[in-house]
Amino acid sequence: MCATCGCTDLDEPGPLSHDHDHDHGRTVTLQQKILAKNDDLAQRNREWLRERGVLAINLMSSPGSGKTTLLERTGRDLAGKLALAVVEGDQETALDADRIRTAGCEVVQINTGAGCHLDAAMVAGALRTLAPAPGSVVVIENVGNLVCPALFDLGETARVVLASVTEGTDKPLKYPQMFRCADLVVITKTDLGAYVNFDVAQFGEYIGQVSPQATMTSLSAVSGAGLPSWYDWLTSLVPAAAR
Amino acid sequence: MHELAIAESLVDAVTEQLPGQRISEVRLEIGALSGVVADALLFCFDLATEGTALEGASLEITEPGIRCECRTCGQTFDPDGPILLCPCGSADVKVLSGQQLSITSVKVA
Repeated sequence: MCATCGCTDLDEPGPLSHDHDHDHGRTVTLQQKILAKNDDLAQRNREWLRERGVLAINLMSSPGSGKTTLLERTGRDLAGKLALAVVEGDQETALDADRIRTAGCEVVQINTGAGCHLDAAMVAGALRTLAPAPGSVVVIENVGNLVCPALFDLGETARVVLASVTEGTDKPLKYPQMFRCADLVVITKTDLGAYVNFDVAQFGEYIGQVSPQATMTSLSAVSGAGLPSWYDWLTSLVPAAAR
Repeated sequence: MHELAIAESLVDAVTEQLPGQRISEVRLEIGALSGVVADALLFCFDLATEGTALEGASLEITEPGIRCECRTCGQTFDPDGPILLCPCGSADVKVLSGQQLSITSVKVA
């Protein structure tokens, strides 16, 4: 507030006369995206990856949907056919990185501490450490969370969202933001389908409502059912990224 | 709870645009489809601005509603919630409003 005239704002003059001169503050129009910095870094990651002909997948789901198990199986099954490297995002521990390394893949672990998602700056550092070979695939396993990671572009080529049959049919309606951004939705743990009340057709209908552009597939990383279509989808993107 | 990260990004964006300037007010647009909860952001704002040029600034948030255009039948409609289904039944829609997550203006003290 101005000590001379008592005004608080240019639009609201104070009770006293206003012929004295002082600065009441000016409004600056910005029209800037709040996440502009992250988006800019993500774009740089995208260019970095494209220059090296590397495909990057942002893999997201709630905790326990089977992201790491799917990557372990994928690494083993595609060994010699596809160079798979992984960026592991978790709040704490390198447990997942150890599992991926045991499966024969290059891996870099990011621990976010209190953070609930990966951002483009974290991924930029991890990519440089990982130094993926041209023509390879980098899967960025995001922090298990169906809310926050949807907001942060990492520079990925495509987004894959997993939902396990044990999580329930209505997940796409409960977390539309996450499913809306997916290029591929994968139903996991189909080997447990007999024990839970999961309606694949209904889930597909919900995906159609929330994310009509997304492709959908089902698999079990334990029994191996449905894995070929996941591998086909993944390998079909490699030439596009390497071009 | 990604609103703390959003608040920190907000501080970065403003201080980069207006280096060394003291800010007394920030105005934002947060659409209903942005994935950000205005109340949670207000809660984090004081924490994120502490010790920065934005410390003590007021935060004004407007929340634009959702408006879509159907690519199938061409009509414009306002969905009642985050499931963007046109009354004609199509989910193939273009979002015209609701995804905003931007700083509209700031007031330099």
